[in-house]
Amino acid sequence: MMTEANRQAIVRVERLCKHFGQGSTRVDALRDIHMEVYPGQVVGLMGPSGSGKTTLLNCIACILVPSSGRITLDGEVVYDDRWLRSDLRRLRLEKIGFIFQYPNLLPFLDGSDNVAVVLDLAGFGAAAAQARAVELLDYLEVGHRKHALPAQLSGGEAQRVAIARALANRPRIILADEPTAPLDSERARIVMDLLRKVAIEQSAAIICVTHDEMILDRFDHIFRLRDGGLEIEMAAATVPAAL
Amino acid sequence: MNLAYRDIRHNLLRFVLTNFGLSLLLGIVIVITGVYGGLIDDALRQARAANADLWVVEAGTNGPFAEASRIPGDTRELVSRIYGVERAGSVTYQSVQTELNGKPLRLFLIGFELGRPGGPRKLSAGREILRDHYEMIVDRSAGPTLGQEVPLGTRGHKFTVVGLMRSEVTSSGDPVAYITLRDAQALQFELAPPAERREVARGGPLQTNNQINAVIAKVSPYVPIKEVAAALARWKHLTTLTQDQQETLLSKFVIEKVRKQQLLIMVLLVIVSAVIIALIVYTMTMDKMRSIATLKFIGAPDRTIIGLIVQQALSMGIFSYFTGLVLVLIFQPYFPRRLVLDPESIAVVFAITVVVCLAASTLGIRVALKVDPAEALAAAG
Repeated sequence: MMTEANRQAIVRVERLCKHFGQGSTRVDALRDIHMEVYPGQVVGLMGPSGSGKTTLLNCIACILVPSSGRITLDGEVVYDDRWLRSDLRRLRLEKIGFIFQYPNLLPFLDGSDNVAVVLDLAGFGAAAAQARAVELLDYLEVGHRKHALPAQLSGGEAQRVAIARALANRPRIILADEPTAPLDSERARIVMDLLRKVAIEQSAAIICVTHDEMILDRFDHIFRLRDGGLEIEMAAATVPAAL
Repeated sequence: MNLAYRDIRHNLLRFVLTNFGLSLLLGIVIVITGVYGGLIDDALRQARAANADLWVVEAGTNGPFAEASRIPGDTRELVSRIYGVERAGSVTYQSVQTELNGKPLRLFLIGFELGRPGGPRKLSAGREILRDHYEMIVDRSAGPTLGQEVPLGTRGHKFTVVGLMRSEVTSSGDPVAYITLRDAQALQFELAPPAERREVARGGPLQTNNQINAVIAKVSPYVPIKEVAAALARWKHLTTLTQDQQETLLSKFVIEKVRKQQLLIMVLLVIVSAVIIALIVYTMTMDKMRSIATLKFIGAPDRTIIGLIVQQALSMGIFSYFTGLVLVLIFQPYFPRRLVLDPESIAVVFAITVVVCLAASTLGIRVALKVDPAEALAAAG
């Protein structure tokens, strides 16, 4: 079995800093963050509001340019001077799947089209995109709702369609911003089990921002942020219940 | 996957209602274009109806359409004798007001000599004038039926409608009517009985009514028109205008002001349409901000976002344009003015619509491209 020591991290964050504003109005959102996530791992990102979780997630998602530091995604160092906006867009499309806190489905596309749109943007043919979308929806047990518009889906169904969209392109990195927030505890556990399954099957790294203590045991590692700094990193088994 | 089409299909009712409103606006632009075309066509029709090569009018005037022209009734005989003149005819032009079916009716009367140039070109119903008196051919827009009698002149002579024409109106929209030259001269100079009695009591000689407004000459195809015009120009009491000069006078001077007014209204309407289309596109874009942020987040390139907005703006413009055109064509017969919508002017309005839509969509594109993908992370509203 491979160990972390001899595996290459899919997500490597080194000495990452991000600040907003200048002078007296400067706010340090992230301070000297270092983290690594390996293939097949599901890690949690926790911390109180304003601790920098979403900022870190945005930096990893190639949405927010860090003030300093380095991020390496699947072997590609991003945010050095040679990266263009279109390169970051391509990276997001090809390597990153994102699950939002709210499903954020396109309201004018039905379930299968919401999944197929990612593949369409990546240049897949319409038939192949639809086939993959239906396959994913069936896998997530919402195949029977493939023709329903987002407004016709329940919260759980919509979130599963959103997960299917994030998985459509077989990304190596999946970022999730409180994906279980709109779900009940039973459904939340199912979603987390599903993400773990995907992480193992696709050798993907999953980073999940969460406040939900009920799912802490679903993570391999927990990164806890406070005031923009990484407070502790621990294996999930060692996380105290009060965290 | 065509996102613009999917979005339109999703909000079909809103799209249809918005476009119906816009189609009314574009319909008005098309109507004004038609009125503009009709104005020029009607003005030129008057001159072209005579099928003349030369117009002989009073010296120093630009008659008979641009200004008053009065020449002796025997001028036609002089003109006929000029080398190269194949045929010539005397004509009079006057506007009259009468009543038909209990409603006021304004007519532009043309008096012509039977069998000579200056008569109606083509009838859509009925027959030519055969009798010397009290028969008329009139444009359908005046409203009479064949056989109906129309009272004209101070003495209320009844003229029987024997023929009907189509699309023969003046630049101001008055229907054209043809009567014989003698009747037209009588109508011009005939006094009401009390006025005539007063003239007789004064002992003054009654004014001769053998006057005309112009002589229309048709030149032999074997003689240059300029040569005949030069020969006629030697008579100092007359002025000769070629057909081209007459048409230039009509289009450039007689209807110039109205033409400019129509053009101004058209330009203003195009500007108003552009602003409205821009606002609609902008609103449609604002409604989709979250979707656009999500698309950008998942990696959609700018061209996908631009395509979405441009395609919707163009769909809206094209749909509205054709709806407007169909509405105009359906209601065209009920307009008080004749609309001339030739393929060129329709194509120009279409091109303007497309350009306006493209220009209007830039506002929406600007906003959409500025959307931060991170907005997709914001809590659902």
